[in-house]
Amino acid sequence: MTRTIVIDPVTRIEGHAKISLHLDAEGRLQDARFHVVEYRGFEKFCEGHPFTEMAGITARICGICPVSHLLAAARTGDKLLAVQIPPAADKLRRLLNLAQLTQSHALSFFHLSSPDFLLGWECDPARRNVFGLMAADPDLARAGIRLRQFGQQILELLGGRKIHAAWAVPGGVRTSLSAEAKVWILERLPEARATITQALSLYKRLLDGPLQREQRVFGDFPSLFLGLVSREGRWEHLDGVLRIRAADGTIVADGLCEDDYASFLAEAVEPWSYLKFPYYRPLGYPEGMYRVGPLARLNVCDGIGTPWADAELAELRARSGTTDSGGHIVTSSFAYHHARLVEIVACLEAIELLVNDAELMDRHTRSRAGLNRLEAVGVSEAPRGTLFHHYRVNEQGLIERVNLIIATGQNNLAMNRTVLQIAREFIADPVAPDQEIPEPLLNRVEAGIRCFDPCLSCSTHAAGQMPLRLQLLAVDGTVLAERSRP
Amino acid sequence: MSVITLTVDGCDVAVPAGASLLQAAGAAGVKLPTLCHLDGLTPVGACRLCLVALEGTTKLLPACATEAAEGMAVSTTSPELREYRRMAVELFFAEGNHICAYCVSNGACELQDVAVTVGMDHSRFPYRYPQRPVDASHPWFALDHNHCILCTRCVRVCDEIEGAHVWDLAERGSDCRIISGLDQPWGEVEACTSCGKCVEVCPTGALFHREDGTSEKHPHRELPFQLRLAREQGQWRNQGQALPQALEGGGEDPS
Repeated sequence: MTRTIVIDPVTRIEGHAKISLHLDAEGRLQDARFHVVEYRGFEKFCEGHPFTEMAGITARICGICPVSHLLAAARTGDKLLAVQIPPAADKLRRLLNLAQLTQSHALSFFHLSSPDFLLGWECDPARRNVFGLMAADPDLARAGIRLRQFGQQILELLGGRKIHAAWAVPGGVRTSLSAEAKVWILERLPEARATITQALSLYKRLLDGPLQREQRVFGDFPSLFLGLVSREGRWEHLDGVLRIRAADGTIVADGLCEDDYASFLAEAVEPWSYLKFPYYRPLGYPEGMYRVGPLARLNVCDGIGTPWADAELAELRARSGTTDSGGHIVTSSFAYHHARLVEIVACLEAIELLVNDAELMDRHTRSRAGLNRLEAVGVSEAPRGTLFHHYRVNEQGLIERVNLIIATGQNNLAMNRTVLQIAREFIADPVAPDQEIPEPLLNRVEAGIRCFDPCLSCSTHAAGQMPLRLQLLAVDGTVLAERSRP
Repeated sequence: MSVITLTVDGCDVAVPAGASLLQAAGAAGVKLPTLCHLDGLTPVGACRLCLVALEGTTKLLPACATEAAEGMAVSTTSPELREYRRMAVELFFAEGNHICAYCVSNGACELQDVAVTVGMDHSRFPYRYPQRPVDASHPWFALDHNHCILCTRCVRVCDEIEGAHVWDLAERGSDCRIISGLDQPWGEVEACTSCGKCVEVCPTGALFHREDGTSEKHPHRELPFQLRLAREQGQWRNQGQALPQALEGGGEDPS
C-alpha cells in the first residue's frame, strides 16, 4: 500500500507550510512536496492603485524583509518616472539594503537555525529554539540578538521606523542620514564585527565536527544559480546585472537585464501549493530548476571586493572542494547558512565604507518627475534572493498589472529536492507500513527547508504564525499518519 | 455686537450673536470632534460627530450647524453621545476602504485622529470593501474615492473660496460620491483652476498630490479661514494704500 508522510505545520520558518512524503506501493520514497498553504493575492488587489502607493503596499507583504519590497517597488517606480536617482540616494538605498541583509541573516542564523546546530538534532523540540539557546549560551544568544538589532536600528535611523518605513520612493529616498546616525553606526560596527567573527569560528568548528553528514545530504545536488552581480562581476545586492551559473562553474547567461526576465524565466503552477515554481525558461520545467539567495549570490560572483569577505568566501569555496578561479561551485544547500555569515561580513565591510563616504551625506536625495513610461521591472537582492517587481500602468499612473517574483518561490524546486534527499537519508527505505515518523526526521526535514530561510508570507504575497505539519499519505491521498508541532 | 449667554456643560459662556454651538463649546474650553467642519467654510452638519444635547429637547443637534440662542443649556458629553460619536466613526471606516498603512495621509489624517479621540479600537460593523475607482486624470492631483468620507469640504472650498465650483455630490445612499464638472474626469474639467485648495482641505487621503506616496501629504487646512479673514479684513491692502476702486468691488465700471 502506498502512503504519504506529512509534516504539518513546518516550524521556525517565515509562514505556513506543510511537507508531505509520498511512498509507492513498496513503501519506497517516491516524492517529497513542500506545500505552501497560504494565499494573499497582492498581485490582484494592487490593480487600480496609483503606482506611487506600491512601495507602501508591497512593503506590507512582509515584516522581516519589507525593505526588499520597498526597494524593488521604488526601483520600478524610478523606471516609470524614467529618472536617474541622485548618487546620495543610491548610496542611502544601498546602506538600507545592507542593514536589511544583516538583520535578516542574523535572524535566520541565530534565532531560527542555530538551535539545531548548537543544541543538537535530538534535543527536546520544546527547548530547541532561541529560548533554549539563551539558556545554553546566553552570551551568543545576546550577541546574535544585538547583531540583528544593529541592522534594524540602521533601518530606523534611515527610515524613521524599523519595520515598514516608506522611505525609499520612486526617484530616490525621502531623507538623508543624520550626522548622529552616522556616529551611532560607526560606534556599533566593532561589536557587530566581533559577533560575526565569533559566529563564523563556532560554525566552522561545527562543520568540521558534528555537521559533516548534513553538509552532504542537505540538498547537495547540481542546479543553476541566479543572482545579481556588479557590472565588473562582483557581489552585488541592488544595482547590477543578472548572472546564471551552472553547478560546474560555467556561466550560462551573463549581463541579463531584469527588463527581459520573461524571456529567461517562466513560472509553473502545481495544484498542491500556492507557491509558484519559477524555472529557467531555456531548460524547461522542471529541468530549469535554479537557486537564489546568499549561496547563489556567492556562487555567481567572481569575488566580493572587500578583504575580509573575500577571505571568507575563499574559505567557503575551499571547504566545498571548489576554487576561487571558477570550476565547481558550492552545491550543498546546507552551505546557505555559511553563506549568510559570509554575507554579513560583506555587509559590515560595505556599511563601513558607505558611512565614511562623503557623498552619502549629500542633501540631494530625490529626483522629481511625472509618469514617463507605462511599464517597468525593478529588481533587488532580498535576504532570500532575487526579487522582481513588474508593473504596468495606464496613462494616469494607475496599476493595470502586477507580477511579483519572490526569492522563496525561485527556490521552490530546490526545496522539494532537498526534502526528498533528506528523507531518503533518514528514513529506512522501504518504510514499514506501521512506521511512525521519528522526531529527528521531522526536525531534519524542517531544517532542510530552513537552509533556504523561506519566507512564505512574501512568496505567496499570508498572515499569521507558522508552525510544521507532517503527513503520511496513501496513493489515493488518504492520510495514514500525521504529526505536527504546536 | 449683541452677546448671547448660555451654558455648556454647566459652564456659563458668552458668545457673539450668530455664533454656532461649536464656537460656544470652544468658548467653554470644550473641543468637539469634527470632520466636515472647517473654519472659513459654511457649516453643513454632514459628519454628525459634533452632536450635542440641548435641555428641553430629546433631539441631538450638530453643534457646527446650530446657532447659539439666549439661555440654552448645552450638554456636550454623555454615554449616549460618546456612543453615537464612536459609532459614526466606525461607520466611516466600515463604509469606505480606509487602509492607513499605505495612505498618503497616514499621520496627517483627521479621520485617523477622530478614531483615536472617540476611542475606536475596532469597527463593530462589517467592512463593506466597496469597489471604488481612483481619478488621476488631473496632471498634478488625484482623487481616490476609496478614502472619501463625503464631508464636502472640497465642494465648499471650491465654490465659496476659489469660486470655481468644480465639485459636487452625485447619486444617493451608498452610491453617493464626489464628482467633478458634469461627472467628467477631473483633468477634463475646464472650470478647475488647479489651485489645489480642495487637496489642502481634504480631511483624509482622498485628494492628494499625484507624486506623493505613503505619509507624504502635508495639508494646509487652515487655508480657507486665513483667506476669508484676509478678504474680510482687507489684508491685501499694502501699507494702508487702497487697491484701485475696480478691485475693491462695488465700484463703478471704469468703462
